[in-house]
Amino acid sequence: MMVPLSYNTRNLLVRKTTTLMTASGIALSVAILVASLALVEGLSTVFANTANPLQLLVLRKGGDSELGSTVSTEDFEILRSVSGIANDQAGQPLASQELVNVANLPSSDNPKGMNVTVRGLSPVGIEMRNVHLLAGCWFQAGKREVVVGKAVSQRYPSARIGNHIRFGKGDWEITGVMDGGQSALNSEIWGDFNQISGDYNRQDSSSSVLLRATDPVSLDALKHSVEDDPRLNASAMTERDYYQKQTASGAPLEFLGILVSVIMAIGSGFATANIMYAAVVRRGKEIGTLKTLGFSEGSILLSFLSESVLLSGLAGALGCVIALPLNWVTTGVGSTTSFSEIAFRFHVDAAALLAGLIFAVVLGAAGGALPARAAARKEILNALREA
Amino acid sequence: MEVVIETRELSKDYMRDENPVTALKGVDLRMTGGEFLALMGPSGSGKSTLLHLIAAMDRPSSGEVLVLGQDLRALGKRELARWRNRHIGFIFQAFNLIPVLTALENVMLPLKLTGLRAKQQLEHATTALELVGLGDRLHHFPRQLSGGQEQRVAIARAIVTDPDFILADELTGNLDASSANDVLALLCALNSGHRKTILMVTHDPHAAHYARTTRYLDKGVLLPEGQVPQDWMAAPLPHASAAMSPAQMQSH
Repeated sequence: MMVPLSYNTRNLLVRKTTTLMTASGIALSVAILVASLALVEGLSTVFANTANPLQLLVLRKGGDSELGSTVSTEDFEILRSVSGIANDQAGQPLASQELVNVANLPSSDNPKGMNVTVRGLSPVGIEMRNVHLLAGCWFQAGKREVVVGKAVSQRYPSARIGNHIRFGKGDWEITGVMDGGQSALNSEIWGDFNQISGDYNRQDSSSSVLLRATDPVSLDALKHSVEDDPRLNASAMTERDYYQKQTASGAPLEFLGILVSVIMAIGSGFATANIMYAAVVRRGKEIGTLKTLGFSEGSILLSFLSESVLLSGLAGALGCVIALPLNWVTTGVGSTTSFSEIAFRFHVDAAALLAGLIFAVVLGAAGGALPARAAARKEILNALREA
Repeated sequence: MEVVIETRELSKDYMRDENPVTALKGVDLRMTGGEFLALMGPSGSGKSTLLHLIAAMDRPSSGEVLVLGQDLRALGKRELARWRNRHIGFIFQAFNLIPVLTALENVMLPLKLTGLRAKQQLEHATTALELVGLGDRLHHFPRQLSGGQEQRVAIARAIVTDPDFILADELTGNLDASSANDVLALLCALNSGHRKTILMVTHDPHAAHYARTTRYLDKGVLLPEGQVPQDWMAAPLPHASAAMSPAQMQSH
């Protein structure tokens, strides 16, 4: 049987200052860990929401990003006629020829400017995405007009309706703000395909072609048809795979976050071990008394280990609470694929919180194991003689 | 009468500052059920060592301790812990209450190791505290009690499991005269009213006065019944006291 848990909780309360200081260290480590996981989860959510599971992205063979890819208009015409492509309501194939480049926009955080993805596309490209206008109107073909994503509008002061932004060969008027939900499309600027490709002197080619398959079964067949067609020098990947790869953009930040939390956790682990050792020394007489009353070494070990785990568990919960407000924080990360900024919201989900709690409990168990063992192994008479 | 405690040729040696010290030398002691024995002797005579060996808190260098016929040498650490819980109630000089637990929780501690349900544990602990006159102090923490009350909580904790015998180590050492008399009277009542077997270690002749019998230890040797160490002869003998102890009164 265990020593009552109230013995441990009250002992933690008795030494308030050391308990609070150790708990703060653990809470901070957990908060950083949860933040790192929330960052990756947020980024992953954005990219997952960007992709339509029925859509294929066609790039030049060997290309792994739209920015470095070229697909000719001739190839686009071949691609439109491949079987397995879904049609829109007018009977036209859902195939969008798109040109992708970057524009440099100054922001309040970065006055020198950050790269933002510029996408030239036709109305079918808009139809193939799950976006809607928040304000203003769509750009018109043949005009130097653009629509900006919601995140671009929020993060860049110059990207407001009615303002002009400069990229390509001159100024572009912002006519609307679009909302793509929790997706990377909110971090893009869209304009007319012909107008933008003209600005970048790419009238005969595009960066990519987006195709929508009729159903999940024909998606694979469509992919093979594109890749196996000898007239095309193209590779195709599902939109989902393409954006999944971009989640890796958050990997360095995730690594850094985990590294920092692990380093802090090592410090917190030593702090936990330190206060638990102090508790074992200070409570020697109590340990001797408990043993005299009949509590076994196992019970004593479990009691001190529980105290350590209780401390770290509560601190872990505090760390989770500290990290929770991140759910309302939007930030941006530079994508290594598109060389532009992707805005996303941290996503503190149940898995991140659980990971934080487990991390804290493991930390408490590791820090408390040796002191608990020392407590359990005390000889009764030696323990009773301790002050 | 059933033999509760028996030691045979019990010896204990240990090292102090690299010098061998003999704490006990071939002690033969027998206690039967319902006995109340005071073990006296000067500091360093081996009284507490004998008590610790009987309580299985220490291992003898040689000889054996038989409690209710059970040889304690045959028990492992876990069995000894269980044995202590089931068979002995130990009262410390410094009370040794857990400061963060209330009187009731302190008394309930040994019951956690029994198969009793929580409600029964609560009832048993309350009864034990009422028995020692602390029914109105159940939820007080040790710091809120006087020394005498703390020792009474410790006595309640020692008897709550209804052990086969009670071991008391200088239980009046930290108490004033009035509180000491109270707890000694309580011990007497437990012995006479509840037939508890009690072995009390003390160097206080007044405390020993409350026991039915007194034995002396001198330099680790248990003296025969009725024999007192030479250097104690000058001091007034507890049983020669004009006032009769409660135990003596009952035996007359």
